[in-house]
Amino acid sequence: MVELIIVSTLVTGGVYALLATGFSLIFGNARVINLAHTAFFMVAAYGMWYLMRELGLGIIASIAITVSATTLLGLLVYRFLINRIREHHAAVLLMTVALALVFQEIFLGIFASHYRAIPFLVSGYSEILGVRVLNQHLLSLGIVAAVIVIVWLVLTKTKLGIALRATAQDAEIANLMGISVPRTLLITMGIATALAAIAAVAVAPLWVVYPYMWNAPLVMVLVIVVLGGLGSIKGSIIGAFIVALVEVLVATLMPSGAYLKVMFAMLVMIIVLVVRPGGLFGIVFEEERL
Amino acid sequence: MLRRLLKDFRWGLLPVPGRVIALIFFVALFIFPLIVPATYYVRVLTYANIFVIFAVSWDLLSGYTGQVNFGHALFFGVGVYSVALLNKYFGLQPWATIPIGALVAALVGVATCIPALRLRGPYLSLLTMAFPIMLAYLVMAFKDVTGGEFGIGGIPRLAGTVTGEYYICLLVMTASVFIMYKLTDARSSFVRTGLIFHAIREDEIAARATGINTIRYKILAFAIGGLFAGLAGVLYTHVARAAGPSALSLTMSFQAIIWVVFGGIVSIYGAVAGVYTLYPLVEFLRRTPIGQYRLLVMAVIVILILLFMPEGVAVWIRDKIETECPRCKLTNAAWRRECRACGAPLR
Repeated sequence: MVELIIVSTLVTGGVYALLATGFSLIFGNARVINLAHTAFFMVAAYGMWYLMRELGLGIIASIAITVSATTLLGLLVYRFLINRIREHHAAVLLMTVALALVFQEIFLGIFASHYRAIPFLVSGYSEILGVRVLNQHLLSLGIVAAVIVIVWLVLTKTKLGIALRATAQDAEIANLMGISVPRTLLITMGIATALAAIAAVAVAPLWVVYPYMWNAPLVMVLVIVVLGGLGSIKGSIIGAFIVALVEVLVATLMPSGAYLKVMFAMLVMIIVLVVRPGGLFGIVFEEERL
Repeated sequence: MLRRLLKDFRWGLLPVPGRVIALIFFVALFIFPLIVPATYYVRVLTYANIFVIFAVSWDLLSGYTGQVNFGHALFFGVGVYSVALLNKYFGLQPWATIPIGALVAALVGVATCIPALRLRGPYLSLLTMAFPIMLAYLVMAFKDVTGGEFGIGGIPRLAGTVTGEYYICLLVMTASVFIMYKLTDARSSFVRTGLIFHAIREDEIAARATGINTIRYKILAFAIGGLFAGLAGVLYTHVARAAGPSALSLTMSFQAIIWVVFGGIVSIYGAVAGVYTLYPLVEFLRRTPIGQYRLLVMAVIVILILLFMPEGVAVWIRDKIETECPRCKLTNAAWRRECRACGAPLR
């Protein structure tokens, strides 16, 4: 029981961390609340399923094609649809919801609403401290941990990362310092979408793939980024594991927990918004505060 | 009195094409069941009437006052469920459930303010989006009381005939839209709320600095928005004769936004035009071979509108047929050379 809770929390939290980090990055830099973020996650999961199951490609080839194709899709969407209305919050929210619905309906039309399963990328299990853990769980955890570390290093150590963070702090000053803001935002969107795709690759064999699979994670990601503070990467990662723990505990320990887990997560979000509107590690944007 | 009305009609209404179109449209709505008695079409327009109240109430709260609410289905759903529960457990009839349901929704609107007044912009949108989802999960969790995902059926009808229901909804819609139009009219000389709502949306700090109690007016906006959205939910329940958790879904919230943005945000006629264009269109698509893709069609329409007509279709059309006199700010038909009142050249 306890080991199940720990493993589920780590895997779910890891996936949420990847999704929330991408969401936070694009919000922090472009001030775009991308409600289609988890729709890219859904697209990538379908990509994995289609390439592995229907076309019978190898694991490495499937992953490479899925991640690059999803990233390209994200870049195109940003360049031609979101970028033009970026300044208007309500328009962006509406546009991204419409986009998510378009993806959902397209996949619904092509593949119908059947539940699809992806085979485990690795089989078997290992024993850690006397507890049996599926190798797939370990692989998912490994992918998540590696990607988070890579993102962290890129953001803090490279010139690109400094440019990204400078744009997030003040786009106008960053522009004056010779950083091409539109290009930085495009790169941010690419990274964010790639993170969503990698999250899908890591977790698709454990979850089921279906056209509505973007709904539940989206609500959770919103809760997490509000909990951690919109735009804060550190907050997103920590918030992801807190919310995952709450979700797994409610789902395993309470009766009809499947219905209540979302409610509890939202309750956490509302309390945080009311008590500490900036979130745990919130970045305060002056013009957005009372 | 009659002579003044006639004078208004001759000089205030006839020279402005937009007002003529609105008048013709309302007359057409009132005689519609006499021309087309088919139950199906009357039913579709009955729902359209109800959703007009819903869409306009969203426009009042989010468009005019700027409190962008992404969970407007909360008020609608509260109206729906208060009617269904009052009817199921207390056997109340429509004349009692309609005012009670709308008032409960207005109270929920005021209660929403407790967290909502502390937040602005995207934070407020995210917060409000959470409420109906939470309520929907509560409904699911307490299946014994609320009927869970199957909902509650057997609610009494609004009137004996389909046409009767149509006229009740039409009259309520006309009255509600007129009230909300007056409340948001910034040029009105006896209702101040319109100007104040505009001020809060444009710059809340400046509005407060000029001595407006913005908190009070934001609560008022939430209460009015909740009241009319709840009224729409109440009517919907009595016409559909069933209540289900779909009234609380995210789709419901976004439908209101889609209708308003399609027609034109921050304009009452835009919201009205949006509903009367999109709702019947989507309903008729349901009967065609591409019916299963109607959500896709709607989403694509939204994307195209946002990209090419960000002000909305109704506003875009109005700008084509009307111009404002640069000197006296009076609205003129676009094809006039000089202003109809002061004679200033329009081009």
